[in-house]
Amino acid sequence: MKNFLLASTFSAVTLLSGFTHAADYIVDREGVHAAINFKVQHLGYSWLTGRFNNFNGTFSYEKDKADAAQIKIVIQTASLDSNHAERDKHLKGDDFLDVGKYPTSTFTSTEYKVIDEKSGTLTGEFTLHGITKTISFPVEKIGEGDDPWGGYRAGFSGTTTLKLADYGIDYNLGPASTHVELELHIEGIRQ
Amino acid sequence: MLKNNGKSYGWISIVVHWLMAIVILFVFGLGLYMVNLTYYDAWYKGSLALHKSLGMALLILLAFRMFWRVINSKPAELAGPKWQQISASLMHRGLYLVMLLLLVSGYLISTADGAAIVVFDLFNAPALPWSVENQEDIAGEIHLVLSWLLVAMVTVHALAALKHHFINKDSGLTRMLKVDTVD
Repeated sequence: MKNFLLASTFSAVTLLSGFTHAADYIVDREGVHAAINFKVQHLGYSWLTGRFNNFNGTFSYEKDKADAAQIKIVIQTASLDSNHAERDKHLKGDDFLDVGKYPTSTFTSTEYKVIDEKSGTLTGEFTLHGITKTISFPVEKIGEGDDPWGGYRAGFSGTTTLKLADYGIDYNLGPASTHVELELHIEGIRQ
Repeated sequence: MLKNNGKSYGWISIVVHWLMAIVILFVFGLGLYMVNLTYYDAWYKGSLALHKSLGMALLILLAFRMFWRVINSKPAELAGPKWQQISASLMHRGLYLVMLLLLVSGYLISTADGAAIVVFDLFNAPALPWSVENQEDIAGEIHLVLSWLLVAMVTVHALAALKHHFINKDSGLTRMLKVDTVD
């Protein structure tokens, strides 16, 4: 009975969502085929890289109606990891991300402009450190298709550069380190 | 002379007590000072390295001190009401406990990602083979709270010693300053 109910609910949800969005994807967090990386210059002499280990995302995308594509990503800011505990503690503290006060950072798309089949420009609201800004950045579609385990996947990449001061992060890291580059690599599993 | 006797502490207890007292107050001030240094201050890295080295040195001293405390006798209780004797004993135990937790929490901040702590370029204190999520943040909060708690307890402890010296006019303070072997 329980299984029957579950199955009915599941079909109902699938059917309903089938009518609204033909292709909804959930970012593959379980299999970790997604990454949000950042890099910032150190003193102007090298790149310091790190990542956010915890985030969730959903997107909808259809090849034929790519202009209607949408994405939402929620990053758990406390999952910042630059492979150095003392630096991570500093970056998560109130000099930088203040993750106690701002535990999440989100990106919600508002528009996707198709350039060609493999690329486009994504615009949306990005919230970091409690401040929301509209950002636009180029997105590349890497590919889509059946996976070997009975599912269907699609993946994208995008990179954007943020000025830290725009988000109220004004700790002085030096003139070469005022901006941070954010890289998003995602693979979604079609629902 | 080196060991404690019925009337006062011995030189080993006295030296370790005051050495730790001075170093603890210094690293407390250093800790509050260094977190306000900016990235371009010359001592930004050095201050933390010194703080960590002194912290690990304190941990070694504390381990020795607890060992010495267990294998050694203790001077007789000072005269006074029972509740004061119990309070003094609880305070001493509390100081040991808070010092230990404070030092361990500091160690857990720096080693949260598996990196060792370099102690005065002499040796490395290795990280534990496991860690918890956001260990550096949790240990950091605990470290800050315990550091203020320890300084508050040290203040009460010092005031009590002064009270013994100036009001009770007993050996509460002097027995930790010089060895008294006279029976």
